[in-house]
Amino acid sequence: MDQTHDELDTSTVTQFEAPMREHETMVSMVWNRFRRHPGAIAGSIVLGTIVLAVLLAPLSPYDPIASDLPNRLQPPSLEHPFGTDALGRDVLTRCLYGGRVSLSVGFMVVIITLVIGVPVGAISGYFGGLIDGILMRITDAALALPSLMVLILLSAILREVELPFFERNSVLTIAIVIGVLSWMTVARLVRASYLTIREMEFVTAAHCVGASNRRIMIRHILPSAVGPIIVEATLEMGWAIMEEAGLSFLGFGIQPPTPSWGNLLNSAWEHMIKHPWLAIFPGLMIFFTIISINYIGDGLRDAFDPHKVLKQVGEV
Amino acid sequence: MGRYIARRILQAIPMLFILSILLFALVNVAPGGPLAGHGRTRRPKPEKAEQLKRQFGLDQPLPVQYVVWLVGNDWMMVDADGDGVKESHGERRGILRGDFGFSFKTRQPVVEEIGVRLGRTVYLMTITLIVVAIIAIPIGILSAIKQYSFFDITATTLSFMGQAIPEFWLGMILILVFYAWLQNPVTGEPLLPAGGMQSMDEGFSLVDRIQHLILPVTMGAVGWVAWYSRFLRAGMLDVIHQDYIRTARAKGLAERLVMLRHALKNALIPLVTIFALDIPYIFAGSIYVELIFSWPGMGRLYYTAAENRDYPLLMGILIIGALFTVTANLLADIAYGFLDPRIRYD
Repeated sequence: MDQTHDELDTSTVTQFEAPMREHETMVSMVWNRFRRHPGAIAGSIVLGTIVLAVLLAPLSPYDPIASDLPNRLQPPSLEHPFGTDALGRDVLTRCLYGGRVSLSVGFMVVIITLVIGVPVGAISGYFGGLIDGILMRITDAALALPSLMVLILLSAILREVELPFFERNSVLTIAIVIGVLSWMTVARLVRASYLTIREMEFVTAAHCVGASNRRIMIRHILPSAVGPIIVEATLEMGWAIMEEAGLSFLGFGIQPPTPSWGNLLNSAWEHMIKHPWLAIFPGLMIFFTIISINYIGDGLRDAFDPHKVLKQVGEV
Repeated sequence: MGRYIARRILQAIPMLFILSILLFALVNVAPGGPLAGHGRTRRPKPEKAEQLKRQFGLDQPLPVQYVVWLVGNDWMMVDADGDGVKESHGERRGILRGDFGFSFKTRQPVVEEIGVRLGRTVYLMTITLIVVAIIAIPIGILSAIKQYSFFDITATTLSFMGQAIPEFWLGMILILVFYAWLQNPVTGEPLLPAGGMQSMDEGFSLVDRIQHLILPVTMGAVGWVAWYSRFLRAGMLDVIHQDYIRTARAKGLAERLVMLRHALKNALIPLVTIFALDIPYIFAGSIYVELIFSWPGMGRLYYTAAENRDYPLLMGILIIGALFTVTANLLADIAYGFLDPRIRYD
């Protein structure tokens, strides 16, 4: 009798404790909330499809660069669903290869943004004082720059010079230029998180057992600050894709014949009135990519926010 | 309050200095140097290049060049003809005294080039922002009051779409629809003009001016309407659940008054800050609008200057852009103090 009672007791205890383990709850809680956000799921499906199509671009029977003059400026048809451009190249194929470029730029910018923004924000928020003052003044100054204009200036300079690393406005060059001008939001966000979290008791506890500052910043505080960082990084990707498209549209970004969604629109400009498909399809690619990313970001934001009432998570 | 304002102004000054150093460094460390865009069709012979360098003062160390750029060189001897002998006082007065130098391309003073264009950009931007406010504020309020209603869901979806449309692509689509496809049923001409501030042949006509504004204003406004209506919705939702709103209702105030007097006023406060932070983006966005609709303003001037690597002009526009931003931030901080009496700075 006594023994059964004991067994019952332990089983209830384990039942209640199992979901309390830090690791499991975080990920599964976020996922459970994320999958109940219809916009985020729709966004994931659309973005997934675009990424898959872009990865499968080499399966296309057409060449993205070589011209085919007899077939120039064909309207959309079964052979060319998005039509052909002024050099007879298949616009769908160029959109897919362009997507590789645009998405890579977006992804690399996010990495650069995190590599600069997270340490700056973490050091600033954790140590405070003079170092915080200096880093935040630099951040403020960078935020006050008219970023698109500086972006244009930088890429106009880099477009015309031979440098070993920055050659001919490659994907990497453009990503670095955009990244260097967009880490500030992440830095501010991370700083705010560190300012709050460093006052919490588990940080004091870590200090007491002799953990180094470095260890506390990376192992103890960073995991608690990761939610907003992921949300911001997601939205940053959409922003970066938009910036690259704009820059390439103006002719300062990725240089033809390498296609990117932006420079496809640039070359569509002069033929647009008579051959509108050249302008419509690359723009739609950008539009669907960015709206998907924004919905995913919105879903993540709700999913990471413990104060958000679950009933509201389905909000479109 | 007075002390606070004075302190904020004093803080803005070092910020402008950092910005000016950053921008100066950017142009001068650039490969090819600041003369790269100067008559770049024919590369000058080495001895000619040396002479040019001395004439422009580019043989001086960078810190000296920076000081000259900032405060001018009329207080020091310079080598005006580039023969290696410093024989006369300089003529530059520096950007602090409003001398931004001469455009490489047109040889006109940068200040004059910018002056003509700035007014046209501000004209377009102001009208766009008024339109944004007129549309975004009611949408934001209604969305928040009727949270999760059909109206709210539609507005939120549209705002997601508005934020995802690339601005320049929207401009292209607007031209396709309203210039290439739709026609004026009476004259058979395109429904709306695709560029310019006004028609060439006529004098001033209000209808003509408005027709030329519709497409560029739409293009510029869509993204901002989407962003601000959503921001205001969130702000209103925050405010609506505050105690003072319950108090206002408990007093028996009409719901309209509660919303407009008590809720909206408070929800607009954060909007002031966010608007100030958006100024550089609004300013930069003028590049796309002006390029697509051939609007002869600053944005297009900047684009052409970048194409030609016309550094004095680029620097002038960038400095003015930075000045705009810093001033807007300053005004926002000060306005914040007036709008929100809970905030005390001491």
